[in-house]
Amino acid sequence: MQASRTGPSDGAASFPDILRDAGLYALVALGLCIPIVSFRTELSQNSALDLVPRWGLVAGLCAAVFVVRVLQRLVLARRDARKALTPSAHQATEAVHGEPNAGQRVSRLAVPVFVGFALGLPLIAVLATGGLSQSRYWIDLGILILTYVMLGWGLNIVVGLAGLLDLGYVAFYAVGAYAYALLSTTFGLSFWVCLPLAGLFAALWGMLLGFPVLRLRGDYLAIVTLAFGEIIRLVLINWVDLTGGAAGISSIPRATFFGIPFTAGDDGFAARFGLTFDSMHRNVFLYYLILALALLTNAVTLRLRRLPIGRAWEALREDEIACRSLGINTTTTKLTAFALGAMFGGFAGSFFAVRQGFISPESFNFLESAIILAIVVLGGMGSQVGVAVAAIAMVGGPEMLRNLGFLKAIFGEGFDPSEYRLLLFGLAMVAMMVWRPRGLISVRVPSVALKERRAIAGSLVREGHG
Amino acid sequence: MDVFLQQLINGLTLGSIYGLIAIGYTMVFGIIGMVNFAHGDVFMVSSFVALILFLLLTTWLGLSSIALALLIVLVLTMVLTALWGWAIERVAYRPLRGSFRLAPLISAIGVSIFLSNFVQVTQGARNKPTPPMLNGGITLLDQGGYAVTLSYKQCLIMAVTAVLLLGFWYLVQRTSFGRAQRACEQDRRMAALLGIDVDRTISLTFVLGAALAAVAGVLYLLYYGVVSFSDGFVPGVKAFTAAVLGGIGSLPGAVLGGLIIGLIETFWSAYFSIEYKDVAAFSILAIVLIFMPSGILGRAEVEKV
Repeated sequence: MQASRTGPSDGAASFPDILRDAGLYALVALGLCIPIVSFRTELSQNSALDLVPRWGLVAGLCAAVFVVRVLQRLVLARRDARKALTPSAHQATEAVHGEPNAGQRVSRLAVPVFVGFALGLPLIAVLATGGLSQSRYWIDLGILILTYVMLGWGLNIVVGLAGLLDLGYVAFYAVGAYAYALLSTTFGLSFWVCLPLAGLFAALWGMLLGFPVLRLRGDYLAIVTLAFGEIIRLVLINWVDLTGGAAGISSIPRATFFGIPFTAGDDGFAARFGLTFDSMHRNVFLYYLILALALLTNAVTLRLRRLPIGRAWEALREDEIACRSLGINTTTTKLTAFALGAMFGGFAGSFFAVRQGFISPESFNFLESAIILAIVVLGGMGSQVGVAVAAIAMVGGPEMLRNLGFLKAIFGEGFDPSEYRLLLFGLAMVAMMVWRPRGLISVRVPSVALKERRAIAGSLVREGHG
Repeated sequence: MDVFLQQLINGLTLGSIYGLIAIGYTMVFGIIGMVNFAHGDVFMVSSFVALILFLLLTTWLGLSSIALALLIVLVLTMVLTALWGWAIERVAYRPLRGSFRLAPLISAIGVSIFLSNFVQVTQGARNKPTPPMLNGGITLLDQGGYAVTLSYKQCLIMAVTAVLLLGFWYLVQRTSFGRAQRACEQDRRMAALLGIDVDRTISLTFVLGAALAAVAGVLYLLYYGVVSFSDGFVPGVKAFTAAVLGGIGSLPGAVLGGLIIGLIETFWSAYFSIEYKDVAAFSILAIVLIFMPSGILGRAEVEKV
């Protein structure tokens, strides 16, 4: 940040300068820590607040800021020195040359590897952990990640392809989940009947909420969709007669293998197929279910991109006014994007309900929307592979925090790394925007090309403008 | 009538707090055209800062005069929160200037998540009550058992808001900083050509917005007597609604919008249903943005092709 102000000329900054600069940063950090870190408020017995001083922690934080800043300056200085030798050569090549770069070549190879790994994950997990019930953690983690991959791909239609920033996507997830929960508990419909219905309901809501916001763009669109998402959540909390309020809906029928329940009885899945009963059968089935749903989302998106409607979406993302003057009906274009995105959100929602067996409005708060949007943006808007990678990093990464037991040895017994999950998540969002605002995979390959397909550098694409 | 009068007083008090937060939104939107999503959380951080400072002064340093303690808390909280505002702009928004349009918004959402969880980690997830301060009030009307009171807290909140707004208005309309700020709002490149340090002006805008949010934070703590790490989001959205309703970019509009939102919220709770008061606020936000995006006092945005 400092470098942008003082320019690249301070690449040769002397070491004392760097130390002084880092010292300033540490001083600012000290100011920020007072008093919010330096004193912890604790409720005492007579429900008054006591202050517990923690100056050691403040000193540690300031020292950390100091060290990070010194390292950052040294790295920046080296990079600037290298840049000074080859002035702006890379900028020219990026714009003129359209050949697939290394990242794209890797991504072409990565897709089959990814799909193969996803298909084989339960087997790998069982072999690696040595038993079906021991692999539960990894299969559950796989289900969680795939749910977010699917949500990311669904939102990608709205944000990545049509360029409509939606901060209330979790509302459709909620509609799908409640649709399945209510239909199955009140009418006793099976999951396979409810799944399309849930998608249909969500799509309907997508159109309903999309209709009033047709005229809005950019930040305003984002805020209105946020408001819609919150309204739906508040209605779910307060409409106790229908939704059970904050207590939610419990004892939702569990998933069956196309009608065969996963129970220990004679007509259960295990008995029918001559296996010994294991509760993990259901989890493995759920894993393949969400994998199939996610791949379906991906396939539909990729096909739609080649249809006229998909091209209209991308045209809309690049320039709405040009789009309109070429005679594209922006109303239907936007509404189909909202409806299709919402439909996949609804599918994911009903999967969520059937997996958990219990839903409450708490699962559908704004943070979920922010996480899904972050996945889409960090993946590089519009890139399917990028979204999958981002989902693994954003959902799987924090999960890894739970396994960092050695940190307890450093920070003491009461230290719980998973407390810091969202803290790091927020920091990661900021860092990604500062470091790579275009996401992990920022290069675009156009859906349609005249002779040869050329990659377009992310910096030449003007999305998010409409 | 007496219920109405009481709700009017309560609504204006709440509206003053929203108005103070809304100024931060409206100034930042005016100058760099971004929704500073983290502003509500800056407000929440300032509430915590105020709480801890107040406890420090009264219990550790043994300051007995509540009025003096509040004054010191107000000033110190403004300074410390302004530092937060400055640091956030420097780290999370400045590197993104000139980047694509959604980058600052997403960065701001990240800051918002970071701040609320930072406070949760450092201060714990439970609600923090303050010792009661400034009790009592003036009874305006006493008819048939229902007394309409104007508490000293409410007097203080309205008075502080009015004084600060006057000072702030003077700063923006009459000083050279205010001139630079308004110039940057109109045309940043032209202002830079005329020798205005645009980066510094934007930094100062964030500092001022955070300082006003800090005032709102102190007053919020004083009024409700309890604060928690998740208290930033909903007041933040309501204040943003206020800024939009008043016409984003317009300072009097932000205060006017804040008062209207405060009044609507209290009357809605009093006469309709308290459960749906947040639904009312969010609905107003959606309706205003859809049907009246330039607000009450704002300029209509003309799109150039």
